[in-house]
Order: sequence, then structure tokens, then C-alpha cells
Amino acid sequence: MSTLALNLRATWGRTYGRLVGAFREPTWLITDAILPNLGMLAFVMLYRALGAPRSFEALAVVGGLLATYWINVLWGMGAQFYWEKQSGQLQLYFVAPCSRMAILSGMALGGFLLTTARSAFGLFLGFVVMGVRVEPFSLPALLSVFALTMVALYALGMVMASLFLLWGREAYHLSNALYQPVQFLSGLYFPLRTLGPLGIVAAGIVPLGLGVDALRQVLLGAGAHALMPLRFENALLVVLCAVFLWLARVALAHLESLAKREGRLTQRWQ
Amino acid sequence: MTPDDPQNPPAVDVRGLTRNFRAARGGGEVCALGGVDVRIERGEIFGLLGPNGAGKTTLIKILTTLLFPTAGEARVAGFDVIRDAGEVRRRIGLVSGGESSGYGILTVRECLWMFSQFYGVPGKVAGPRIAGLIETAGLAEQARTRINRLSTGQRQRMNFARGFVSDPEVVFLDEPTLGMDVNAARAMREYVARWVRERPGRTVLLTTHTMHEAEELCDRIAIIDHGRLLACDSFAGLRRLVEGGQHVELEVRASDGGTRALPSLAGVPIVWGAPHPERGTRALKFRLPSGGSLADVLRELEARGARIEAIATRETSLEDVFVALVGRGLEESDEREDDGAGPTGAP
Repeated sequence: MSTLALNLRATWGRTYGRLVGAFREPTWLITDAILPNLGMLAFVMLYRALGAPRSFEALAVVGGLLATYWINVLWGMGAQFYWEKQSGQLQLYFVAPCSRMAILSGMALGGFLLTTARSAFGLFLGFVVMGVRVEPFSLPALLSVFALTMVALYALGMVMASLFLLWGREAYHLSNALYQPVQFLSGLYFPLRTLGPLGIVAAGIVPLGLGVDALRQVLLGAGAHALMPLRFENALLVVLCAVFLWLARVALAHLESLAKREGRLTQRWQ
Repeated sequence: MTPDDPQNPPAVDVRGLTRNFRAARGGGEVCALGGVDVRIERGEIFGLLGPNGAGKTTLIKILTTLLFPTAGEARVAGFDVIRDAGEVRRRIGLVSGGESSGYGILTVRECLWMFSQFYGVPGKVAGPRIAGLIETAGLAEQARTRINRLSTGQRQRMNFARGFVSDPEVVFLDEPTLGMDVNAARAMREYVARWVRERPGRTVLLTTHTMHEAEELCDRIAIIDHGRLLACDSFAGLRRLVEGGQHVELEVRASDGGTRALPSLAGVPIVWGAPHPERGTRALKFRLPSGGSLADVLRELEARGARIEAIATRETSLEDVFVALVGRGLEESDEREDDGAGPTGAP
């Protein structure tokens, strides 16, 4: 069997494990689909009560949509290897002949598909229940920006998986510590431009803000109050995709080398 | 060392393998493996016996590409564990006692299927193989049960099945029957023996704390302690190492006057066994060397207030060999092996 076929199987195996397991617990509908969207609903209602331009409501819905992916990247990707280590499973990944990137990709794909099902509920709430409207848009442009954002975001999650493992028990606290600041610096519920230079810096580091801003531009045109032209944001997202995927490979290789040298990363008591 | 046939290299070939760990809190270095040489031919079931911290798990971790050696060379199925780690991984399976593989929310079948995909097993092959393994592991009724609803023993049986799901050339079983009940452990031993018999060239490296498991299964057994291989031979060959003298087992009433702290009686090294709570006695084993006086041992015991309830003599067992070579029983070790270190992580 070729290496590519092996890694594709491994990716699908890990994706399947994540999907089938999650759909077995119907409580996710409440905890992962309904509750995370309440924040988004609150902003929509706030903008409506204040009489803000209607585009601001759509702006909050798009932010709420990407917030669900950010939660998944933090908890489903970043902290995952640490939990795998705690359960004693990480060493089985290291012994398997497939690439660790393939397993991480499976985790990412499974997480993405699950989160997409969850975020669909948010879109339903925003656009159907709350009646939020967007401008006529190009579907290919929307899909390409969304795809770029997702690849960059989940590649960041792959990097975090290795880094969080290196930092051990701090992973839990890191996830908690990163959630709100990144959400704020990405302007999920307000135009990123409001943050000024800080927004530009944040957008250059975390793909969440760039993705939100770019998606809003596709859906709302001038009403997006964009940070920078769409083509720049797309180009930056491409760069972030490449950088994070490369970093993920490097971090994984470093992690594996460290595990072999020190013997302390693959056993839960080490 | 005989040169390898490149068409048929040994399953495991280890030369001068050394692994040192940095001790915690600047305590220098601790040697977990000190120049081990082992050659395991294809088709063998090879046992590795040693007390906790002897270096067994360290050796297995190096052979399964989880750990770099400090010095020496190790090859599995003809491939170097450092340079050709990917090729080694394609050919091996690993089962560690007490591990918890899989995700609690998956069923037994789904978990095994997931791991089969990490080894690239095609779907048409994986299905029947997993069904067979589930049957062998006695988990047919639990095939559709979530892992988090399995008992510890059932989960360990599933882990065992996972190690064979890729039909590997070499399987490393690190205390695989830990947590299993007697019947399940017996079924697993029978499966391992049948698996090797029915698939020529397949090899098993087994570490175990159960002497009779090693006696029953292994073609050859190596005894390791403090990172050094003390002996390596068939059970018959090992027995010859300590033949001579007489193996004696006593049953002694527990009011032993402090004898339990003694390493020897009348100059004869002794090993205390587990207590018998109902009778209030404890087993005491020793090998009386040729010319040794049983009467002297009994006299010293009685002088210390112990009452001897029964005396039996028997043939040399693997445990006798182990005690003779290591100087203590397998159950006397006091630390969990952890890369040759204690639970503190030192080294």
C-alpha cells in the first residue's frame, strides 16, 4: 500500500471515529448547537434594538458562525493530543505507520464536519428565525473564502495540538485563556476595523479575524466595514494556511523527536 | 554474531543497546539498558522476564520506535528502528497491559476498525479480521457496546485484539494479560500460540509478570535486571543453569519473629510468597544447595518463633531460575517500571 493511500485511510479512520462518536450523544444539540449561538443572538437583538444598520446584524451572524469553529479548534484540536496522552492513547498513534499529520487531519476534518452541522443551526437561527438579510453574493467567492479560512484555522489547531502537549497540564488553562481574547481581537461581533492597528496585527496572526472580515465582505459588500481589501485578505489567508501547515509539520516532528529523546511525552505519568 | 540472511533477517536483532535517562532534580544519569544483545528469530515466541524497572519496557519502546537508544543498534524485521522507523511500524503491533485505547463513545468494533485504518488495512480484509478477533477475545456480545461501558478486563481484551488487527509480523506484548481474569488470560495465551503456529514467520516478544505464562508460551526466555541480560535460553536450558540442590517450599505460620525481613536463613537465600489469610500462614521458598542442611534452615526458623506447617520439595521452576539469577522474586519489586524509572519520572 502506498504511503498516500495509508495516510488517506488513517485520515478517514480518525474522521469516522470523531463523527460517529459525536452523533451518538444527542445532548450535543443543546450544548454545542443551541447554547453557543445565544451570544450571537444577543448581538443581533442588541443591534436591532439600537437601530443599527441591518448589515450589523449579519455581521454578528457571520461572527457567531466562525465562533463555533474557533471553539472546536481550541477544544477539539488544541487540547486533543494532551487528552490522548492522558488516556494513554498517544503512544499508539506514534507506533502506527501512518503520518501523525494524517491523524491530525482526520481530527480536523471530523471536527470541521461536526461543527458545520452545529453552525448550520446558528445560520438557521440568524437568517430564518431572526430574519437577518445579506446582499446578493457570489457563491464561489463565498466558498473559496470559507475554505481558506477553515484550512488556516484548523492548521492553526494542528500547531496548537503539538504545542499544548508540550505545555502539558497548562493546555486546559491555555484553551480557556485564549478563547475570549481571540474572539475579541477577531471582531466576531463587531467590525474588525473598529480595533484599528490592533485589529491588523491580530488578523496577521490568527486567521479567525481575517476570515470573518473576508466572509463579511463577500456577503455584505460595503456594509462589512472591512479592515482591508478582500484580495489582500485572501492572499494573507493563503500565506497563513501555508505557514500553519508547515509549522504543524515542524511542531509534530519536534514533538516526536522530543518524545523519543526524553521518553516523557507519550506516557501519561511522565 | 552470525551474519544475517538479507532475504530472511531475524525478527529482532539488538546489539549493544544502551539507554540512559536523565535523572530528576539533577541526579545525573540512570542506565535503563546497559549494552543488551538479543537476537530473536522469526517464528519465535520470546519471553522477557524481569522485575519492575529492569528495562523491559524501555527495550520494547526502543524496538517499537517510541524511544531512541543512547547507543547500540536495534533492527526489527531487518529494519533499523531509528533510520527506518516507518518500515518498522508497518510490521509491528504493540499491546501494553493496562492501556486504554480507543474513545469511550465508540463501540468495540468501531474502535478496532479505526485502528485498522491507521495501518491501512483494506475494508474487505478488516471486517472479517475484526470479527474473528472479537470472537477470539470473547467480546462477541460486546461488539456493539460502547467502550466506556466495558469492564476493565473486557477493555484489556479489546486492547489485545487491537494489537493483532494489522496482522503484524512482530507483536510486542508488554504484560498483555494485566487486568484479565484467569479464563480470558488463558484464551489470550492460546490465541498467541495458535497465531504463531498458523502463520509461519510471525514473532511475539512477550514481557510478563506471570511466570507460568512465560513457561507455557515461550520458546526462549531472557531474564533481565538492572538493564542487563542475565540469561537467555529455552526453559530447559535455563533450568540447567540452576540445577543441583533441592527446591523447598515451606508453609510457615505468620508469627515469624521478624524472619520476613531476612534475606536468608542459615546462609540460604529465601523468598517469601503471598500470605494465606484463611490459614494464617505464608509460603517460603528457597533452593537448598548441594551439601546444604535443611535442618539448619528449619532450626533457625523455629528459633525465631516461626511454626512450620508443611514442607514440600519440587522440580526447578522458572521462578527458581529467576530468583537464582536476579536474587529476588518477581513479586518483590517495589516500583512500577517507567522507562527504567520509578513513578517519580526519575530518570
